[in-house]
Amino acid sequence: MARTIEFRQALCEAMSEEMRRDKRVFLCGEEVAQYSGAYKVSRGMLEEFGSKRIVDTPISESGFSGMAIGAAMMGLRPIVEFMSWSFSLVAADPILNNAPKMLYMSGGQLGCPIVFRGNDGAGGQLGSTHSWCVESMYANVPGLKIVMPTTPYDAKGLLTAAIRDDDPVFFLESERMLSLKGDVPETAYTVPIGQAIVRRPGVDCTIVSFGRPVHFCIEAAETLANEGIDCEVIDGRSIKPLDMDTICESVRKTNYCVVVDQSWSFASIGSEVAAEVHRFCFDDLDNHVHRVHNDDVPAPYAHNLEQEMLPNARKICEAVRACTYNA
Amino acid sequence: MPMTANTGPQQPPGQGSQSSPSTAGGVPSTPAPSPIADTVHGPGCSQIPSVPRQAPLPLQRTPGHDVLKGWLRDMMLIREFEVRSMQAYQNKLAGGFLHVYNGQEAVAVGCIGAANHNDPVITAYRDHGHALARGLDPKVGMAELFGRIGGCAKGKGGSMHFFDANNHMYGGHGIVGAQIPLGAGLAFATKYMDEVIDERANSRVTLCFLGDGAINQGAFHEAMNLAAVFNLPVIFIIENNGYSMGTATARGTSCAHQLCDKATGYNMLSTTIDGMDVVTVWRGMKPLIDHCREHSCPALVDMQCNRFKGHSVSDPRKYRTHDEEQHWETEDPIGKLVSQLYATDVLDRDQVKALSKTVRGEIKAAVEWAKASPEPHLDELFHDVYVEQWGPYTGTSLPEFMQRRSSDGGGQH
Repeated sequence: MARTIEFRQALCEAMSEEMRRDKRVFLCGEEVAQYSGAYKVSRGMLEEFGSKRIVDTPISESGFSGMAIGAAMMGLRPIVEFMSWSFSLVAADPILNNAPKMLYMSGGQLGCPIVFRGNDGAGGQLGSTHSWCVESMYANVPGLKIVMPTTPYDAKGLLTAAIRDDDPVFFLESERMLSLKGDVPETAYTVPIGQAIVRRPGVDCTIVSFGRPVHFCIEAAETLANEGIDCEVIDGRSIKPLDMDTICESVRKTNYCVVVDQSWSFASIGSEVAAEVHRFCFDDLDNHVHRVHNDDVPAPYAHNLEQEMLPNARKICEAVRACTYNA
Repeated sequence: MPMTANTGPQQPPGQGSQSSPSTAGGVPSTPAPSPIADTVHGPGCSQIPSVPRQAPLPLQRTPGHDVLKGWLRDMMLIREFEVRSMQAYQNKLAGGFLHVYNGQEAVAVGCIGAANHNDPVITAYRDHGHALARGLDPKVGMAELFGRIGGCAKGKGGSMHFFDANNHMYGGHGIVGAQIPLGAGLAFATKYMDEVIDERANSRVTLCFLGDGAINQGAFHEAMNLAAVFNLPVIFIIENNGYSMGTATARGTSCAHQLCDKATGYNMLSTTIDGMDVVTVWRGMKPLIDHCREHSCPALVDMQCNRFKGHSVSDPRKYRTHDEEQHWETEDPIGKLVSQLYATDVLDRDQVKALSKTVRGEIKAAVEWAKASPEPHLDELFHDVYVEQWGPYTGTSLPEFMQRRSSDGGGQH
């Protein structure tokens, strides 16, 4: 039975259901317990599960990330909340050197079934240090998985899948989407990691994106439809593994592709998808893949500058028009 | 060097509950429980001291003869393993970095000898001694050094990353200080498994070894704080060999004369132990481990020892004198134990010679076994990256030595 709930509640349901199902699962992070989470994602969980399973940590990302990884090495299944993925940078060593490599470096002896989750991307005039998009940077590391839900339905299904996954999963949310509402089943379900989905069918140009910019792409597609350009919008959902099959199937139909990525352009998810589309769909393309990214500057504070810097609908429309000019 | 055991942390002024008459004997009175204590505090909270903060006194007794003989054998085995691994390194059978444990054998053997077999052990990159003391088969360790499939990590970890999960040895970690939060996490997990999953009292203690150089990493201080706040049963053992690589401790570390002071800020009990004598190590560690197990609390140990060789095999050791090194070797922990065993008529010279010969033979055989173990098949590149099979990744499997053990009827648990 589906109801309309907020994205944040969908996340809370996924965690709570998995904690009821599996005692090895616990949640830790800054303000997750008494404060109900800095963004109220874990509201009610302390009352249900108690302070031994909903663990408030000090502001100590390197320490509690490492601690959770140690717990995962022993077979527990920690969920670590980063108030913001921007703060994960001070935990770079444990999350990049330990979690994704433990299985390999121990020759298959010890895995690391852990979920790191929190807000990624520009929040809203937070300035550069708080507006990190970590996906491109972290996707460069072997041994981890990265998912970016776009809807409340996917938030619950992907988080459930992430918690059940035996490999380390980086789960990237967006502060700007936590209040987004959508239909979500009450019962537990999974959305498989590594499967993209077509959000809007179309025949003239494929737009591929991940996370919050998917909503900008849909907005742009509506504008472009009025101009007679019928775009197919693909929500990648997972960055690692990346579902190139769904993307290529679409590009073979439309012959045009625009990639929209909220991280910076150099050595990014956008450049990776573009390279792969060129590799697999070389003969199908009627133009090279066009890319829309954050502008290659630190995220500014001023509202107008920040909006301009993001991969907004206007920039997406311009990229699609430029890409399909010869159609 | 000062070898006073049991240097508890100084209580900061103003901690009334710990300095009041009712706390005589180091046992603080229990403050009135907060009405919301159950939901307010994490797995434990240092704001409500519930355990004595004074490190227990070292034992006076000496363990039985068989135990002592076992320790001698273990220390000899580690020393011989390191001598042979240096040779192999020079002969290009082993690559990468090689950090040998010569001189510090009493630390790993004494500490692990004082722990239960299922107490987790984790350490940094100078890890051969801990793994062997924990029971890793030397041939499996040697094969790891040689980058062979028979190694404990199938040749994917190398010298700095020895793992032996069946023997509760959780690495082997290459980045200075990185293992310290992981060690806190091992303790978090064992406590959680006991208290939350099995609903019983804490039963295990994690031994988390680190070098004196690691105490200047943020990871050390974050882990100390977490361990104190959550009352984690973990003992942070600083193998204080006087040098962080080539930097004498005092050149890079405040309070270098008294590293136990680091525990004071975390309201954690601490003690200084002579790490060059295995019996002293055991006498100090045994009651401390028992205490941390019973009270589920952390501790810090300044384990004073000497590193006979360089930081790594390629270290020219220009930062210290030959005389200094020669002096240390007069304090060889193996020689010291042998002397004790002679003096107490536990072993005679022939028996020690025979033991030494046996150990040399075992390590020689380990070298030959490792040489004969094949290099990993190139398919191994994409194996053990993810548990799940996807794309080029072929899933994961246990290394050979663990498969052998499980097919033999299971390892030690």
